[in-house]
Amino acid sequence: MIPACPLAALPRGEALRLETDPPIAVFHTEDGELYAVDDTCTHQDASLADGWLEGCEVECPLHASRFDLRTGEVDAPPAKLPVRTHQVVVKDETIYVVPSELPPNLPPGVRTGSA
Amino acid sequence: MNSVAIVGASLAGLSAARALRAQGFGGRLTIVGAEPHRPYDRPPLSKEFLAGRMTAADLALEGDGEDLGAEWRLGVAATGLEPGGRLRITLSDGSAVEAEGVVIATGAVARTLGSELAGVHTLRTLDDAAALRADLEAARRLVVVGAGFIGAEVACVARELGLDVTIVEAAPAPFARALGPEMGTALAGLHEDHGVRLICGATVRALTGEGRVDGVLLEDGRRLEADVVLVGIGARPAVEWLEGSGVEIGDGVLCDAGGATNVPGVVAVGDCAAWFDPAVGTHLRVEHWTGAARRPATAAQTLLSGGAAVPGSLAPPYLWSDQYGMRVQFAGHTLPGDEVSIEEGDLASRRFLAVYRREGRTVAVLGIDQPRSFTRWRRRVNEPVAAAR
Ligand SMILES: Cc1cc2nc3c(=O)[nH]c(=O)nc-3n(C[C@H](O)[C@H](O)[C@H](O)COP(=O)(O)OP(=O)(O)OC[C@H]3O[C@@H](n4cnc5c(N)ncnc54)[C@H](O)[C@@H]3O)c2cc1C
Ligand code: FES
Repeated sequence: MIPACPLAALPRGEALRLETDPPIAVFHTEDGELYAVDDTCTHQDASLADGWLEGCEVECPLHASRFDLRTGEVDAPPAKLPVRTHQVVVKDETIYVVPSELPPNLPPGVRTGSA
Repeated sequence: MNSVAIVGASLAGLSAARALRAQGFGGRLTIVGAEPHRPYDRPPLSKEFLAGRMTAADLALEGDGEDLGAEWRLGVAATGLEPGGRLRITLSDGSAVEAEGVVIATGAVARTLGSELAGVHTLRTLDDAAALRADLEAARRLVVVGAGFIGAEVACVARELGLDVTIVEAAPAPFARALGPEMGTALAGLHEDHGVRLICGATVRALTGEGRVDGVLLEDGRRLEADVVLVGIGARPAVEWLEGSGVEIGDGVLCDAGGATNVPGVVAVGDCAAWFDPAVGTHLRVEHWTGAARRPATAAQTLLSGGAAVPGSLAPPYLWSDQYGMRVQFAGHTLPGDEVSIEEGDLASRRFLAVYRREGRTVAVLGIDQPRSFTRWRRRVNEPVAAAR
């Protein structure tokens, strides 16, 4: 479990990028839900934390594919693969991420430091 | 509607096919494409593919196992459209396709300087990109004619490959048509930082050489040596085949704000189409990826609903470009006289966000390596004045 930040430090409508390997984006939706997905878009090297959060979806800042934060599914090209999702836990007013054990869907040319 | 034919098997055509199926069209679907290839993505042709970081297989637009239940007629071009109760499309192999609905998605063709010399290239197709790549590998000096996005991206890749690069532009400033002169000049600085020579306000008199190009002669008498020349002077809509069809043509196929042409049952999408844009008050032919991918959903709705224009506003045109690792993003439409202000970053660092305003209204936004703030500013383009900050 990775500590992300105090709950109070991530207001609704905001996103946080964790410098994990690969990086993880944590979102706090307007409805108060917390979600975490891989920060790197599955199409190219863009940070989803920089994207546009609307409902439970984030729109990639570069080419506007939208990812469902609950499932990681993508709605429309150019991205074709879902983004990997991670579990979020809030304990003692702190946000934690439980990283997924599945392999990530990183875009061509982007590698994890260990791979 | 029981049958639809889509002419043009690239981004706009494929997106139209997907949209028709997604909107419940279960009839016969025929997709005609002049190129022999399955639909592929063009933006990487001047970027990762040209640089050798992506292969032809990486360019596929279709998903693995994607099946739209369509009959694909690839490698044949449409040669004519005959209107009537059933629309009839004649094909280059002598056959014809009949359908109740037609989607025109024939895109655009690169403009040329009419030179037959070897080493002179344009860049529009996969085959063009492969030929250009092969020539760049053996060359020392590249001259790019035309400072537009494709030319600029090729210049980047050529610098990466160690070539000496000169860009020649007829207008007083580069990228001026898309970005306006001020921001065009700002972006040009990025190229100069990377050792590209930029000559503006110069027209090309001739490409010289015997059999193979060896230089570019300018109107003012200057001569630039070149082993390879890329002509990047824009593209014209591929609409010749519609001559005599009754479909109204201006700069591209003229459409209303829902993609309908003047001929019932015929819509047009992508680079070949000039949709009426209510925010700008004219027909605008938009030659960017996002429009070719997204507008077909609207056009499909128009076609299936029987031609009534779908009301609502169009998303502002959006383009991106990658230059020297910088993300260039632009949304909206700028006209001479727009006021431009830098809202974030600064010109000197080459990383900034610029906002274009006309009569107080935000009409366009440019971001250089500012994806986060661009994403937010982009949403304010064409907002009514009162709502804008
Ligand atoms: C090198 C390059 C780089 C680009 N980079 C960017 C970028 O970074 N960002 C961006 O936003 N946009 C970019 N674009 C633009 C983007 O690729 C286009 O907007 C998009 O391809 C338009 O799709 P389309 O389907 O309308 O047309 P096209 O992709 O041009 O496809 C039209 C298809 O129709 C076929 N056709 C033509 N005539 C006929 C006929 N008579 N019968 C049958 N078939 C026919 C053609 O062979 C072609 O396959 C780039 C374009 C190029 C060429
Ligand atoms: S990088 Fe995300 S859609 Fe292209």
